[in-house]
Amino acid sequence: MSTVAPPRPAAAPPPPARPSLGARAWGLWLRWWRRLTAMRTAIVLLFLLALAAIPGSLLPQRSLNQNAVRQYFADHPTLAPVLDRLYAFDVFGSPWFAAVYLLLFVSLIGCVVPRLAEHVRALRAAPPPAPRRLQRLPDSGELATALPGPAVLDVVEEELRVRRFRVVRRDGAASTPPGPAASGPELSAEKGFWKESGNLLFHLSLVALLLGLAGGKLWGYEGSILVTEGQGFCNSFQQYDTHSSGALVDSGDLSPLCIDLEDFRAEYEEDLTAASYTADIRYGGPGEEGEPATIGVNDPLRLDGDRVYVTGHGYAPRFTVTLPDGTAFTDVSAPFLPSDQTTMSSEGALKLPDLGAGVEDQLALEGFFAPTGLMQGGVLTSIDPRPLNPQVAVLAYQGYLGLDSGLPQSVYSLDASQIERGRLAEVGRANLAVGETLTLPDGTAVTFTGVSQFAALQFSHDPGQVWVLAAAIAVLVGLLALLFLRRERFFARVGPAPDGGGTVLTVGSLTRGGGESATRFAELTGQLRAALDERSPTPSAPPSGGAAPEPEVSPRDR
Amino acid sequence: MTVDPSLAELSDRLFSIAVALYSVAVVAFSAQLAFGRRPARELVPAGSGGADAGAPAAPLRSDRWGLAGLAVTVLGAAAHAGVLITRGMAADRLPWGNMYEFATAVVLVGVVAYLVLATRVPAVRDIGAFVLAPVVISLVAIGLFLYTETGPLVAALRSSWLAVHVSSAILGSGLFFVSGIASVLYLLRSRQEAGADGSFLSRLPGAATLDRVAHRTAVFAFPIYTFAMIAGAIWAESAWGRFWGWDPKETWMFISWVVYAGYLHARTTVGWRGRPAAWVNVVGFAVVLFNLLYVNMVSTGLHSYGGLD
Ligand code: HEM
Repeated sequence: MSTVAPPRPAAAPPPPARPSLGARAWGLWLRWWRRLTAMRTAIVLLFLLALAAIPGSLLPQRSLNQNAVRQYFADHPTLAPVLDRLYAFDVFGSPWFAAVYLLLFVSLIGCVVPRLAEHVRALRAAPPPAPRRLQRLPDSGELATALPGPAVLDVVEEELRVRRFRVVRRDGAASTPPGPAASGPELSAEKGFWKESGNLLFHLSLVALLLGLAGGKLWGYEGSILVTEGQGFCNSFQQYDTHSSGALVDSGDLSPLCIDLEDFRAEYEEDLTAASYTADIRYGGPGEEGEPATIGVNDPLRLDGDRVYVTGHGYAPRFTVTLPDGTAFTDVSAPFLPSDQTTMSSEGALKLPDLGAGVEDQLALEGFFAPTGLMQGGVLTSIDPRPLNPQVAVLAYQGYLGLDSGLPQSVYSLDASQIERGRLAEVGRANLAVGETLTLPDGTAVTFTGVSQFAALQFSHDPGQVWVLAAAIAVLVGLLALLFLRRERFFARVGPAPDGGGTVLTVGSLTRGGGESATRFAELTGQLRAALDERSPTPSAPPSGGAAPEPEVSPRDR
Repeated sequence: MTVDPSLAELSDRLFSIAVALYSVAVVAFSAQLAFGRRPARELVPAGSGGADAGAPAAPLRSDRWGLAGLAVTVLGAAAHAGVLITRGMAADRLPWGNMYEFATAVVLVGVVAYLVLATRVPAVRDIGAFVLAPVVISLVAIGLFLYTETGPLVAALRSSWLAVHVSSAILGSGLFFVSGIASVLYLLRSRQEAGADGSFLSRLPGAATLDRVAHRTAVFAFPIYTFAMIAGAIWAESAWGRFWGWDPKETWMFISWVVYAGYLHARTTVGWRGRPAAWVNVVGFAVVLFNLLYVNMVSTGLHSYGGLD
């Protein structure tokens, strides 16, 4: 494989040194620009990019896990704010990360565009003239033949054209000053432009990929929501539990789409490994009946530019609450978040802020749900993720929930400050199996009536995605061409044999990429020899001094 | 899907056999280094690096040790492949669903890559001890710390992208390991050629050969690794709802990819060729290793399929 530095496009000649400020600034700029687009800068920037990504994997990131970041702040109260000011929790969106990759890409463009121009020019230009001393090329050799010079070059040209070289012949004596090495007509041939094309495709596709990523970030959005069986949602930011969107997303422009979750199934292996999650949904415009579809892990709903995923699941225990006056709230439920994926033991809260006119107190249940419950030492635990024996351990509270206090609170737990301040008081606790009832002191009856499943659904819109995929494939194609193709230049020159009889053909080649150029060169010269012998009236004479008729191939392989 | 216990047990037994055979190979390769004279076979003939010169000579006695080591390594690799095949058959799935299987497969790729290189470039045979010793150590560590019972795959892994993404990641990583070892040896050897003392080092292939082996292997591995990354992104798009999310595993794959791009650049840049480039390759090697071990075992992310608690 070549270890030769790629020919850098010749730097523009420095402007004439004039004391004018503009010229000096221009000179300074040129110097900096050349430094920025030099290969060694690229290496350093690549290194910086790798380094810059490291904190993003070692510190919790907001984009991945808000809770982990909050936890980090709690654990490191002095360090965390300092790190936060350095964007340590938003590394991949930080200005310094952007600075590194933008510099890298500016360098890349500055490096590749001149090469592109050069390549286009080289595509149209004839192969360069043969160097004066062919023997100095990495691979070279001499062949003697009885054919006259022009006929020899005819044969060489034909053989090279069959091998899809571009060939040009020049009258050597006219174009190079006569000398011991350069004399006689010559031939230059070249092939393998795809290698450089691959190089350019590779680097330019990286730019295209970055643009696709940026577009997706600016115009894309994502929303997540928990949906219990029998319920649904429509695509709007108000409805999502959490959402994020690019700077250029107009919340009025979201695709008008509604999804209803009809049924959710989780299947398990014998050893309780989760085997599959499937959700039967209906999707369509608001108010429409909707099309049925089944989605699951690895199998999202794909619509023109939008996708709907199942990203998780869990249980929502159902309760029937009967007030002392007989008013019943049937099968109210809330999703309980799984705290352990293997047993699906879950925690959550059900809040009933409005129990009807005349009822002052609000009611809430907070507790633990076990799909397959087992009492161990008086504590309810779950031993199986499937709902074989659903049980809940609940605490019932009455009082003021603080929902309208203006402060946001989690839907999955009660506001502890309301309990501390005594506004919300515990009024009962029980472990309930399906059908069992907890009766509160005021006569309110809470019955555990069963369990529904919920699915965590995610709605994603990324207009850059297809573009990024196409760019990535182009990157790979370019890379393969750049790494595995080779560029070859082949030169030949003929001159009279020193003893006056016949012709000496001198050949040499210059290869970039592909390795083992010596063997290929030997093969090619062997075939040239055979072709020459075929045309010769008499078997060709060995070159001066009766050496073996084999081409004298330099064994060097760079 | 039930697990066939007798096949699972056979797989575990083959694991021990592979480790034992590789250990024998290490002994044979060490004997070659200890008793051998200077290796006379060279990939790069005169002109490409000082100590590489030397005419091909008749096989030395040390060669017999080398050949024996090679033969035992082939047997070991067969047993090693058997570990994965029987495990896959036992659980009726591709045998790379957890870290134990993944790491075992990466090491196998390394061994096979070494064997292929050693048959194509005879001088590479002489680095056998330096490839097989890390192989034995990593397999023992894998057996001790990563062992997981044969079992079914979790839901998220049930996709044909498992075959595409994980296979190419295994292939790329295993090849990078061989490349990294070659670069480490190159760094040692080039210092020794420059005059530093190091008796047994002189029995290694020449620095130029080691550098070329490291580069060629990395050139082969880089597109495979690139492909693994793209396939991973395509899979992530359908499994997790986004094709790239800077999950720790993704981040470290990105870091290693960037480092290897740096290595390939360095190899063609004046002033970086030779030892600096080799150091970049060694860093890449360390990053891939770190990604394989630390990120799977310590950090939590979506790629938590290690099968470890
Ligand atoms: C996004 C960052 C970049 C990546 C991932 C990247 C990757 C690569 C890779 C993998 C190669 C193949 C090396 C080989 O031939 O073995 C390469 C070649 C090359 N790169 Fe880059 N590159 C990047 C940026 C740049 C920049 C900024 C420059 C210019 C300053 C540059 C100039 C070149 C040149 C000239 C070659 C060809 C080397 C040759 O033909 O031997 N690249 N690049």
